[in-house]
Amino acid sequence: MKPYRHTLLVLLLLLARPAYSDLTIEITKGMEGAIPIAVVPFGGNDTAGAGQENVAAIISSDLSRSGRFAPLPDRDLVSRPSDIAQVQYQTWRMLNVDNMVIGKVNATGSQQYNVQFQLLDVLRTKQLIGYSFAASGSELRRVAHHISDLIYEQLTGEKGAFNTQIAYITTTGTGAAKSYTLMVADSDGYNPQTILRSNQPLMSPAWSADGRQIAYVSFEKKTAEIYLQDVGSGSRRKVASFQGINGAPAWSPDGQRLALTLSQDGNPEIYVMDLNSKALNRLTNSPAIDTEPVWSPDGRSIVFTSDRGGSPQLYRIAAAGGQPQRLTFDGKYNAGADFSPDGRKLAMVHGEDGAYRIAVLDVGSGLLRVLTDGTLDESPSFSPNGSMIIYATEAGNRGVLAAVSTDGSFRQRLSLQAGNVRAPVWSPFQR
Amino acid sequence: MKPQMNSIIALALVALLAGCSTAAKKGAGADVEDHSLGAGGVETSGAAGTSSYAGASLTDPNSPLSRRVIYFEYDSDSILPEDQELITAHAGYLSAHPEQTVTLEGHADERGSPEYNIGLGDRRAQGVKRALELQGVAAQQVTVVSYGEEKPAAEGHSETAYRLNRRVEIVYVGY
Repeated sequence: MKPYRHTLLVLLLLLARPAYSDLTIEITKGMEGAIPIAVVPFGGNDTAGAGQENVAAIISSDLSRSGRFAPLPDRDLVSRPSDIAQVQYQTWRMLNVDNMVIGKVNATGSQQYNVQFQLLDVLRTKQLIGYSFAASGSELRRVAHHISDLIYEQLTGEKGAFNTQIAYITTTGTGAAKSYTLMVADSDGYNPQTILRSNQPLMSPAWSADGRQIAYVSFEKKTAEIYLQDVGSGSRRKVASFQGINGAPAWSPDGQRLALTLSQDGNPEIYVMDLNSKALNRLTNSPAIDTEPVWSPDGRSIVFTSDRGGSPQLYRIAAAGGQPQRLTFDGKYNAGADFSPDGRKLAMVHGEDGAYRIAVLDVGSGLLRVLTDGTLDESPSFSPNGSMIIYATEAGNRGVLAAVSTDGSFRQRLSLQAGNVRAPVWSPFQR
Repeated sequence: MKPQMNSIIALALVALLAGCSTAAKKGAGADVEDHSLGAGGVETSGAAGTSSYAGASLTDPNSPLSRRVIYFEYDSDSILPEDQELITAHAGYLSAHPEQTVTLEGHADERGSPEYNIGLGDRRAQGVKRALELQGVAAQQVTVVSYGEEKPAAEGHSETAYRLNRRVEIVYVGY
């Protein structure tokens, strides 16, 4: 197996419609033991159709971005079969390729396509999976991501998270001309859409469990307020506008409640709001900073940041209230947690010797592992399949997004062409 | 040791800032100090009510009231001794003008988790609020808002920028 260690620059700009792409993705730490795979450019009668997405290139980029696969470079593709009958397995075996993807895109009408693909096992010379999809031109990227999900799941046994979205906040300009936007984009950075623009700070976007709404903090009235916005329609409602801090919203897994930070009683405390009745239940009671609540996936407990012990550390409390228990003991700064989807791990900002990095705590064993090597890393958010963590970092004096595999073996950077990007949050699986 | 070094630089900076306005303070200082000596609690709010002093001083660049930013050490909400005079000046003005309100905007440097930094900015602003109240300002005159690391005064990732960003700004409503 060929080690996949070199730095690979994937310029997505070159792969698809430039108008749609503001982000470049750079793999900054490669993974040893990535699975070699050949993704052959798709055949069919519309390979050169105007405005058509390059489906195979999207799949190849997805697989590469996961860190689990090493797609064969285009120049090494010895032949370009699009039918299983054309595949000469012997040749591909000599290239040390275990699996290959072939397919076709056929135009079936105006802006209507049929996409079919097959995943082949080169060693056993047989098809593993094969599907066909009908799609409009604008749906082709989604179909490509869906195919990537199917391939990923077939070969790793784990659900793929390519057909998901990320939300994040960008800032452009300085001083009084500063502009803040809340954006939603595909998980590969494509199709960025502004869902809110403000000349005052926006913070802490959080997806509802069904992926339909985003809660966030807005300072548009020169004070912190929490809104819930419907991602599809753009309609929104204000749910918290108390005196002082209204911050760190986090949806309960059942979507009925919102954990949040309020300082209406004089200092930051964790509350749970029933979204139907707006009734508040205060969970913490300490003169310290208590903030950044996150729900365990089973909805039974909440992990939050508190400096009640003298430095910010993570604590766990029952969602109904009770005695908090300290979870982190390594280092003087552990804050801003996110739960892995299986509830076994917590990602956080870990500060040590002046550097702030992303670390993961194994909740069962209490072992903490630092995954990144930046100095200003913050806002970690797990992918819905738990394989990656997206976070905000600094590169070239700009705020950029980066992602790291949960085991720390693979890292990549996503750079916007202009402005600063912060506060990324990965959506749940699409329903 | 590094923290000591930081404190020395910070103190030097504060001294520098304080030095800038020392000369200008003399004229108006008496009223302010009188007030602070008499101000044991909220009930003394009338102590500095000499209207001659308070008249135009909010817009007077030579008044100590023109200094409206209080800086803080890393991860700290303690008001430095050098800033007590500034607090006293504002407390004097506000207790003499009970109709005047201020917003205390708390800020943090960019390091660490954004929402925790909201907490730090809030704690700093609450500390300034308490200090003002101790010197006779009514609670309803003061509103606190924390922007955390979201509104840096200085861009950049240096200790110099961080020092300028760990601050509370006193914003007079209507001015």
